Amino acid sequence: MAALVSSHLPALQVVLALLAAPVCLLLRRPNASWAVATAITWTLLAVSIALLERVLQSGTIIYALGGWPAPWGIEYRIDLANAFMLVIVTVIGSAVMPYARASVEAEIPVERIYLFYCMYLLNLAGLLGIAITGDVFNLFVFLEISSLSSYVMISLGRERSALTAAYRYLIMGTIGATFYIIGVGMMYMVSGSLNMADLASLLPDVGGSRTVMVALAFITVGLGLKLALVPLHMWLPNAYTHAPSVVSVFLAGTGTKIAVYAMMRIIFTVYGGMGVFDDFGLGEMLMALGIIAMIGASAVAIYQDNAKRLLAYSSLAQIGYIVLGISMASVFGLAAGIVHLFNHALIKAGLFMALGCIFLRIGSVKIEDMKGLGKAMPVTMAAFVAGGFGLIGVPLTAGFISKWYLLQAAIEKGWWLAIIALLISSLLAIIYVWRVVEAAYFQDRDKKAPAVSEAPVSMLVPMWVLIGASIYFGINATMTMDVAIGAAEALIGGIQ
Amino acid sequence: MDVINGFPGLMNYWIVVFLMMTGFYIVIAQDNLVKKIVGLNIFQVSVFVFYITMGKIKGGTAPILADGTEIYSNPLPHVLILTAIVVGVATTALGLAFVVRIRDAFGTIEDDEIQAMENED
Repeated sequence: MAALVSSHLPALQVVLALLAAPVCLLLRRPNASWAVATAITWTLLAVSIALLERVLQSGTIIYALGGWPAPWGIEYRIDLANAFMLVIVTVIGSAVMPYARASVEAEIPVERIYLFYCMYLLNLAGLLGIAITGDVFNLFVFLEISSLSSYVMISLGRERSALTAAYRYLIMGTIGATFYIIGVGMMYMVSGSLNMADLASLLPDVGGSRTVMVALAFITVGLGLKLALVPLHMWLPNAYTHAPSVVSVFLAGTGTKIAVYAMMRIIFTVYGGMGVFDDFGLGEMLMALGIIAMIGASAVAIYQDNAKRLLAYSSLAQIGYIVLGISMASVFGLAAGIVHLFNHALIKAGLFMALGCIFLRIGSVKIEDMKGLGKAMPVTMAAFVAGGFGLIGVPLTAGFISKWYLLQAAIEKGWWLAIIALLISSLLAIIYVWRVVEAAYFQDRDKKAPAVSEAPVSMLVPMWVLIGASIYFGINATMTMDVAIGAAEALIGGIQ
Repeated sequence: MDVINGFPGLMNYWIVVFLMMTGFYIVIAQDNLVKKIVGLNIFQVSVFVFYITMGKIKGGTAPILADGTEIYSNPLPHVLILTAIVVGVATTALGLAFVVRIRDAFGTIEDDEIQAMENED
């Protein structure tokens, strides 16, 4: 029995959440569906850690779904990059679950709570599916599972703008996904395969074909929409701002990150042997967009009055950093991007959790309403400050580690523009983090405002677990950096 | 004349491009939320036609084992597009459900009017 389960771990990673979602739908009771979602998420965390350990010990795991070997069947191919992404998604999910209970009760009507957990599990299944699959069309299906469920989760927000935010995200997201399958179709036309590893060996033979390059263009734009690469980011600020707090936490930590991973996988593994960086100029294009995101989005973040929207724009800037790492097309640059992906997932999820605590207590996340919260909610605001330091990249935080490696990778490349942009963007981050800190610590709360107490422990602990982890990985970065370098080597394998 | 002789040949791809651009234009240019979804559907249908066309082989029949047939069309793109159709239907249903809720909340389904109201909020 144990051997059977252990040999089917890769399938469990997706199937468990997919099966648990309708269970929540049948249970209908808020607490019961929360318990199911939590149990499943934690089980998935254990599975993903087991998979990561197995990959670290014995190398790539190849799992033929239903016993049909690739390239005929769908294959789950788990190397270090997939395994790391699985761990990132399940870690954020596991931290979100205990936090979700109190926050969801306060923000989502009781009769819809079980629907929220159902959608959350579907979303989790989709995200894990994207991370684990070795088939480009299968990736599209999971991409849409996760996207459709996140549209629904965003629309559960209390303001009516949540509906329009979800609608606009649906339009943009569907265009992105359709662009992606156009690209997949073109790859299939010339190669007759949908398996990533198979495509990687077949595509160089038809390298001169314009179809293959147009396919890459379609896929890059399509995934760019999903990962909110500036200038394809228009859906993100509204979606993060109007979604329920828990949804913002989960999406900020996982949704865009997994799309970034998909882009890395396509560019480096599938197109690895094509010289897309030398002949096609992909590196320069991505670098330019990354730099625009880093500086532009940070500058816009400074002018926001709503702290959630401020963090949303900051997310766009941080995605810019990761894309900059991709654009370097070196193992070191890509590893820096992956480390930043991990660190930023922890930091941004932690920060959105702090805003969720604040929203629970004062019913607003406007910066002007956050005056004096440093005294009223010291534990929450301390977490926000610690996370803010991570965004800026203060030494001893995880943000410093990833920016440091990005900086080194940029120096190695001699990309002076990128180095300057890194520094400017960090300075801008100081300003937008400072705006919140100033309101919370250096202004007094209005006399007439009702008294505020600290958020419940069930929300504070997950928040500090994530923020604490981001500080731990800032002090001790060897483990994350080792895994990230391994992941980058696994992704980039095709080039060498 | 090649286009006509080679029918369906490249003709299908011209239809795909035409439908794709039509749908895309409607999504961008229309303010009416339902029409945007219609545009999205046309856009997606163009991709379905694209996949189905690439699976077709000249003179090929359905991939069924039978005497006297040797050339088969490739069934895989057709199967893929069944999946994509399902995804498209789900997306359309969800999008229209949003439109219903948006009309309840805003009293209109014109994007410019909604944006004006959101700016006042």
